Amino acid sequence: MTTGIIGQPLPRVDGRAKVTGAARYAADFNQPGQAYAVIVSATVGLGRVAGVDSAAVEKMPGVLAVLSHLNAPRLAYGPHKSYIDPATGERLHVLQDERVRFHGQPVAVVVATTIAQAERAAAALRVSYNAERPVVDCAGPEARAIVPEAGRQPDARLPADKARGDADRALAEAPVKVDETYDIARENHNPMEPHATIASWSGDRLTLWSKSQVVVNEQAEIAAIFGLPPESVTVICPFIGGAFGTSLRTWPHVTLAAMAARHVGRPVKLVLTRKQMFFTTGHRPRTVQRIALGATADGKLTSVVHEGTGETSRYEEFMEALTSVTTFLYSCPNVRTRYRLVPLDTGTPNHMRGPGEASGVFALECAMDELAYKLRLDPIDLRRRNEPATDQGENKPFSSRSLMKCYDLGAERFGWSRRTPEPRSMRDGRLLIGMGVASASYPAFHAPATARARLLPDGTAEVEIAASDMGPGTYTSMTQVAAETLGLSVERVRFSLGRSDYPPAPSHGGSWTMASVGSAIRAACIAVREEAAKGRKDRPIEATASSQRDPEAAARFSMHSFGAVFVEIAIDPDVGTIRVRRAVGAYGIGRVVNPRLASSQCTGGMVGGIGMALMERTVLDARDGRPVNAHMADYLMPVNLDIPQLEAHFVAETDPHVNALGVKGLGEIALVGIAPAIANAVFHAAGKRVRTLPIRIEDVLTRRSV
Amino acid sequence: MTNQEPFIAAAAESEGTRGGISRRSVLLTAGGAASIAVVPQVASQSVSEGGPASSMVRVRLAVNGTRHELDLDTRQSLLDVLREDLGLTGTKKGCNQGACGACTILLNGRRVVSCLTLAAMHDGARIETIEGLEKNGELHPLQSAFIEHDGLQCGFCTPGQIMSAVGCIAEGHAGSPDDIRFWMSGNICRCGAYPGIVAAVSDAAKRV
Repeated sequence: MTTGIIGQPLPRVDGRAKVTGAARYAADFNQPGQAYAVIVSATVGLGRVAGVDSAAVEKMPGVLAVLSHLNAPRLAYGPHKSYIDPATGERLHVLQDERVRFHGQPVAVVVATTIAQAERAAAALRVSYNAERPVVDCAGPEARAIVPEAGRQPDARLPADKARGDADRALAEAPVKVDETYDIARENHNPMEPHATIASWSGDRLTLWSKSQVVVNEQAEIAAIFGLPPESVTVICPFIGGAFGTSLRTWPHVTLAAMAARHVGRPVKLVLTRKQMFFTTGHRPRTVQRIALGATADGKLTSVVHEGTGETSRYEEFMEALTSVTTFLYSCPNVRTRYRLVPLDTGTPNHMRGPGEASGVFALECAMDELAYKLRLDPIDLRRRNEPATDQGENKPFSSRSLMKCYDLGAERFGWSRRTPEPRSMRDGRLLIGMGVASASYPAFHAPATARARLLPDGTAEVEIAASDMGPGTYTSMTQVAAETLGLSVERVRFSLGRSDYPPAPSHGGSWTMASVGSAIRAACIAVREEAAKGRKDRPIEATASSQRDPEAAARFSMHSFGAVFVEIAIDPDVGTIRVRRAVGAYGIGRVVNPRLASSQCTGGMVGGIGMALMERTVLDARDGRPVNAHMADYLMPVNLDIPQLEAHFVAETDPHVNALGVKGLGEIALVGIAPAIANAVFHAAGKRVRTLPIRIEDVLTRRSV
Repeated sequence: MTNQEPFIAAAAESEGTRGGISRRSVLLTAGGAASIAVVPQVASQSVSEGGPASSMVRVRLAVNGTRHELDLDTRQSLLDVLREDLGLTGTKKGCNQGACGACTILLNGRRVVSCLTLAAMHDGARIETIEGLEKNGELHPLQSAFIEHDGLQCGFCTPGQIMSAVGCIAEGHAGSPDDIRFWMSGNICRCGAYPGIVAAVSDAAKRV
């Protein structure tokens, strides 16, 4: 084995393709004779389509078809549910009936020869409705919380209720308490690349160039929807222009593109508009959470209560790990968590970077900061006093846990010792300076995956797997794993991904790509190497191998990444503007395959966290569920000028239990912890505790949140 | 948060002096954006009157040094012409609302968002896109710098970032990291590669 390639800070192997415009994303795969489809979205938030006046539009120049529930083919919609779909409920069946379940639901699709003709015709289509008033506020008077069906069993992956000890009694008896509610706004992923599908039929065979974080599921799902054998469908997606979770599921536009292409008998390109990206492709659900902490006077936690509620749709129960981290982050004998959902007349939410954990840890880590102030303890000291030796929720040892090492390294790099703890005690000229800190954690998952490796007589190798690269650098890191395992230089390895006819990979999300795909590639390359060692090298040597987590290790250990995040902000006391001045994150994530790309991934996650803390909020009109800021200039996201100096550091951590590569994943934890560190810094700067995200100018200018 | 400021500022600054752009042409560009916004209304009116006719116009464009003579629908944006008519898919459509910068190209040497630029208004224009930067197999210094400083992740905003950076440097707005942050804020990077982008532009500015 050529050692030392894993761990090298190599530049991206696909860098040249990306800086020259040669990297092709879904909508770049123009097909000969292709037509264009544009979706018409419901303009009411609930009700029924009363009429579709398609006759006039059908006569417009270039229009090939207008499909609505009145004339769309009835599709098979065979059963299909993967691990990325909500366990309870059924996907939207698009254009199959007249019901409108939420604002923006597709009610028609217009196909025309050119994109300008299709856009114009879609805008001209008159759809009339019998409208009803939707319920879209999960904290409003009409909201009704339910117990999520898939969380009812105590051994569920995401239990609705979980407890150890007697948290409520311990809270009542605790000498020091914090009991507060935290409210996080709905967010939309808003990747730069809009969802796009080009569909092309050849007889009963369908090819989809489609933006997807899991091409094998898109293949299986579209096959089920159209009643085809899976091998009749091929999904191709070599590049993803960011996704952050929004392309995990196969949303209705993929079905519509395939339906339209079959109807008009030619390839069809369908790209969602930016506005439509706010309707049907998932969102981070708004959450409202109560955290109650009880502690002894010397800062030992005696009680933790975490009750969280998230939005979902009426037709599916979307669940995320909102309360999971609370069960193991700190040592405490009495812990009770509760997770509920509020079904609303909106589209179904979906995982967004750091799903559940990012929201849950925000509440817990803000409450810990509040407790530190009540106890007059340094917030890091409070965490040190409650550092557990084991996962007390699962009664298992951690496979590795470097949280305190992360605090030590981060504090040193950040200069935490220069902080004076009193709120409003630090200034830079007329600016109020605040320093905040928070813990971060995310599970170290590992899903089964299969890869194929081929050693050619010319001494080069080819490696294939149906994985994805939405930006973290899958192409590069997997090339490194293959090169090191095969004993080749990286230049001699050609790594391919993003085709559903390659060996199957799990979804590109949940921070498990490096562990799952990397381990499968390593296994395939070891098999090739062993075969090559037997002799003849004048013909290709090919091996396909799978990998999954050692079940014994999974049963023995609790496996998570940990990190500590430090943020410095400045608040202008006259106008209330909040600016992040610098951020330092220290992470224990096992082995780092490529430090250059890992650092980028971490600082990128920080940028997402800054957006969550200070900018991002999808606002729904209570009358009709319309997102009123469905525009990239109105849905605020960090731009270059908002981003200061960001640093990511990795503590040395060896974890032999998680997987053969010893990697724990990075994409999600990079966003977890940023928002609470910022909120805690806002309190330190201004002396005002803001428990609602995003934190706005008016929150620090008024006394409402003190 | 300051998505559009550099473009507005660039437009204001260019009045009268830079590259033969006059106040009139700036207003014309703004008019282009406005006319896109009213298209749906016009369309529905025409429909009720019994069917609209799209009008075509002949437009000559020099794209990356290659001359094209095209018969275009007057409603087409320069972005759609590049991507759908000329097959130059390196330029990306991120929002089609002029708010993200992914479609940034150079139009007669000035950076513009091509999604808000009607092709029909630019007969005779000289256009440069990401596909034209590499010369004889040699990457442009900005392209190399974006790789070296990892100023990208998913790569979707990258063509727009790089074309915008070409303009930013040419305008003399790349003198300091703070300058670059401000003048590159019309190009959103959702992956958050901003520190690498600033480092890349800063580095390349010394070499071009």
